[in-house]
Amino acid sequence: MLFYILRRLAQSLLVLLVMSALVFVGVFAIGNPVDILINPQADQAEIARVTASLGLDQPVWVQYWNFISAAFSGDLGKSFASNVPAMQLILQRMPATVELALSAMVMAIIIGLPLGLWAGLRPDSFAAKSIMAGSILGFSLPTFWVGLMLIMIFSVWLGWLPSTGRGATVEVLGLHLSIFTWDGLKHMLMPATNLALFKLSLLIRLTRAGTREAMVQDYVRFARAKGVPENRVVSVHVLKNILIPIVTIIGLEFGSVIAFAIITETVFAWPGMGKLLIDSINVLDRPVIVAYLMIIVFLFVIINLAVDILYTTLDPRVRLSGARA
Amino acid sequence: MSDAITVSTAPASSLREFAANYSKSRIALAALGVLMLILAVALCAPLISPQNPYDLAQLDIMDSKLAPGAKSGAGWTFWLGTDDQGRDMLSAIFHGLRISLGVGVTSTLVALAIGIVVGLLAAYVGGWVEAIIMRLVDLQLSFPSILIALILLAILGQGVDKIVVALITVQWAYYARTVRGAALVEKRKEYVDAAICLGYSPVRIVLRHIMPNVLPPLIVVATVQVAHAIALEATLSFLGLGMPITSPSLGLLISNGFTHLLSGKYWISFFPGIALLVTIVAINLVGDQLRDVLNPRLK
Repeated sequence: MLFYILRRLAQSLLVLLVMSALVFVGVFAIGNPVDILINPQADQAEIARVTASLGLDQPVWVQYWNFISAAFSGDLGKSFASNVPAMQLILQRMPATVELALSAMVMAIIIGLPLGLWAGLRPDSFAAKSIMAGSILGFSLPTFWVGLMLIMIFSVWLGWLPSTGRGATVEVLGLHLSIFTWDGLKHMLMPATNLALFKLSLLIRLTRAGTREAMVQDYVRFARAKGVPENRVVSVHVLKNILIPIVTIIGLEFGSVIAFAIITETVFAWPGMGKLLIDSINVLDRPVIVAYLMIIVFLFVIINLAVDILYTTLDPRVRLSGARA
Repeated sequence: MSDAITVSTAPASSLREFAANYSKSRIALAALGVLMLILAVALCAPLISPQNPYDLAQLDIMDSKLAPGAKSGAGWTFWLGTDDQGRDMLSAIFHGLRISLGVGVTSTLVALAIGIVVGLLAAYVGGWVEAIIMRLVDLQLSFPSILIALILLAILGQGVDKIVVALITVQWAYYARTVRGAALVEKRKEYVDAAICLGYSPVRIVLRHIMPNVLPPLIVVATVQVAHAIALEATLSFLGLGMPITSPSLGLLISNGFTHLLSGKYWISFFPGIALLVTIVAINLVGDQLRDVLNPRLK
């Protein structure tokens, strides 16, 4: 078991290294950031000086080596545009994104689980069919367009909710969070709904499928025969059993929520990491792009690793086949 | 002789059976109709559009940002309004559909071809070839497609060809995995043993015997993937990393309308979005029904 975890850890490290090389070389190929940063009237000497000060006169592999050796000490380079360490820039924006992603996840769970249960318990009812049709719509609607429509309805027509920004924040444990202020909540409601929609549809379908499978199992029939009230059968016996795959999916999907936040943050001008990435791509701020991608790749590798290890401890069959492959 | 007749009539009757099975769902039939209509509109866009939205000579700045149903200076009606350059939105949507569908279908077909070749190779050759290919597929599928496409476009820059490359890269892994799974099952069946005993070459066995049997599940995946590709392209265009301004897809039209949305001019974003939505939903519904009909377990 320990051997398996060690091997899996080594694999993850390899993935990180390969991805960092790909990202670095790839991002190196885009445009020349000096053209954007420098005054157009600058002469050759000035251009050469700026190029050298940014380290752009070195060959790619030297730049990569400098990058990777600095990266191990947590230094991912300085932003060309603002001359602030890229890591710091991203970490400043991270709480906003994580807060948004977590709120969206919680929203999806609170709404998705009951709806999915309902649809699974009465699959032929009109309500269940409407819920399922709604979930197909949730899968089909492009996130950015739903965001635009939310702004159109609730900001432009009704004027209830603000369309951009994060609103007032309070400092909690050193982090600026908007969830604890009324203004912040008002700003967050639309972006969080927008981000939650896709996961909500996924959760509804998962819960429904799980419930339908569980309802015909022997343990449900036995609980009923024992005289357990129907409410308790559903809320204790069924729910406990279907929660295992659902919790796994929620964990796995968290990374993708962070990635999808790029779209939502752009629509609502939410000052998170995703908006920073799009802004950085537009001004060719290479260190920030590379740093963002490295952090995201790291996040995904960690999530996948955790899920794999969790699986092997929960299910011996996976461990055996994993050890052989 | 009677054998030959049964063989020749089998495809026709199974096709009729397929059509009958498909028509059992009215919603799926309606979706197919809508999809055909959308395809027809996309193909004939230059013929049926009220104006050529990208011929500057036909645009009049006096017509800019008119509400749906308003009359133009020349006397005809803009049923879906106009954008900031006085372009008829209906015509822009017809042309946008053409571009969106073109990009979606092209990238899906190329990715499908790559996925089939790679997946068959992995399944039939096995060994380290399979190990490398499947590791790569696993690695790619562990990241969301939007992220991979974003990275690629940040590197490659803008352009129709680049977005097609990004969409192909995002999709091929799904097909490779599906093909390999199906081909592994087929490989163990008796007809493959029979073909080997007959002395056929591996290439012939893979292409003529195994491939036709792995295609049905792929058709379903590919149908749904076209919708996925269209949505992804629209999203990337909206983020400003997709189509160039010279090929305005539906996503780019929506993006252009975003700035006017806040001043209450909803139609510039709203109608292209509806067109996008109807297309995606229709494709998904058709894909769903195809899956049910082609699934042998449900027969």
